[in-house]
Amino acid sequence: MRAFTYERPADVASAMKAASQPGASFIAGGTNLLDLMKIDVEQPTHLVDISRLPLREVGETADGGLRIGALVSNTDLAADQRVRQRYPVLAMALLNGASGQLRNQATAAGNLLQRTRCPYFYDVAMPCNKRQPGSGCAALAGFNRMHAILGASQACIAVHPSDMAVAMAALRAEIEVQTPAGLSRKVPIAELHRLPGQNPERDTTLARGELITAILLPPPPAGRQTYRKVRDRASYAFALVSVAAIVDTADGKIRDARLALGGVAHKPWVPKEAERELVGAAADAGSYEAAARAATREARTYPHNEFKVPLTERLVARTLSDLATGG
Amino acid sequence: MTSSPHTITRRVLGIASVVTAMFGRELQAQSMPSSSRNGPAKSDVRLTVNGQTHDLALDPRTSLLDALRDHLGLAGTKKGCDHGQCGACTVLVNGVRLNACLSLAVAREGDSIVTIEGLAADGKLHPLQEAFVKHDGFQCGYCTPGQICSAVGMLDEIQRGVPSAVGDLAAAPQASSVEIRERMSGNICRCSAYPNIVAAIMETQGKTEGRAG
Repeated sequence: MRAFTYERPADVASAMKAASQPGASFIAGGTNLLDLMKIDVEQPTHLVDISRLPLREVGETADGGLRIGALVSNTDLAADQRVRQRYPVLAMALLNGASGQLRNQATAAGNLLQRTRCPYFYDVAMPCNKRQPGSGCAALAGFNRMHAILGASQACIAVHPSDMAVAMAALRAEIEVQTPAGLSRKVPIAELHRLPGQNPERDTTLARGELITAILLPPPPAGRQTYRKVRDRASYAFALVSVAAIVDTADGKIRDARLALGGVAHKPWVPKEAERELVGAAADAGSYEAAARAATREARTYPHNEFKVPLTERLVARTLSDLATGG
Repeated sequence: MTSSPHTITRRVLGIASVVTAMFGRELQAQSMPSSSRNGPAKSDVRLTVNGQTHDLALDPRTSLLDALRDHLGLAGTKKGCDHGQCGACTVLVNGVRLNACLSLAVAREGDSIVTIEGLAADGKLHPLQEAFVKHDGFQCGYCTPGQICSAVGMLDEIQRGVPSAVGDLAAAPQASSVEIRERMSGNICRCSAYPNIVAAIMETQGKTEGRAG
């Protein structure tokens, strides 16, 4: 690990100032950052420890939603009764991610900002445009079984690893961001993470020195919610494909549907066309299968991940069907 | 332990460390192991481990795991992968189980840390330690301290009502075999002593109250 200096500021303003120096990085739970520092993928020269800033509350908002402090641990967020009752898709996604130990340490904002687990990103001996812009993408001609089928580019086919962010995308969360100038702005979660394009080194649209202070959930949507994840082992593994689904049905018709997919793209992937096809359609297998096909219509596969297309379609169709029938 | 550890400002730490590095190196070197001579600036940190307070001057890169093993001589906590994947380094921090390899020691100032060495009390093994012996919950034993510390934290999580991926979100969790396997998935046992580990943990239900570090 490269040498760094360390400080633990007492408030957000001091933290913002400290993080403005070149080479500085915020650290909270550290479960991803320290891991990457150990293998030289991340090389901050100054760590600004924000883990004890007062951003640990889950509170109600005036519009009937929730405001989740950036530093609420994954465990505490999943255990919050309001999250379990009103946003079960979020609790389920959190509990399907990582391990008990990691969930205790990892924070909500850190979960959003965790980096891809593409093995070529982790291997500093290999080309990787995300780690070293311009060096190439070893995954394109490599072992790309875990990689993206949607929204990728020739520069990068990595996927975002978060489960929590997928649920938040389905819930249409907003991210509250503090700017170095001391202003606060809100970013819809769909606009937080980027597609790789020609700049895969940038995971998000956040500017240097900006700090996520909270995640805002709108009032809980009508209908049933669930999170389903397919992975190589029963627990403690990243998703091959996952889906967060919220479906509201009445009188045999679908009134509203919100979907987000994990393990398929550089960001939590909202299949807009599938959602549009579902709204107003009959609540039956034909509609669910059509929506599942719509979700993967733009898919592009690589030699080892062709299986993700049928897997995604079956997962989406089955999840929608189970939700509609209360399964 | 300091009176209000969570309000300590460490803004000046970097500067202080640099000054130490510039002017204090010779003085420090006499009391430091040779491997850390001429190393980067040190940070002062007070760690509370198994009820004892230790004042250390550590390279900020030192993980909690390395601080425990290499600086405090508490080698019961094991280094497996050093990347948060195996759970061998699991300790309890303020009663909550964490991977010590993914935590910086300097960030643990003021926290109460309990390691495998701190679980036995009054000359008696912790009920989970007894149960692991009784049920042969290991073969090589390397993962065992992490398994036991993790199990202590895990049972406390169940008592506090923390849900899991295999349980009902609306109901109070139970320490069933299915739940224990899911909740202990962050602790790998390459000898695959899992059935005995699960049996040991199940036997201690209800016996560990108030002993979660």
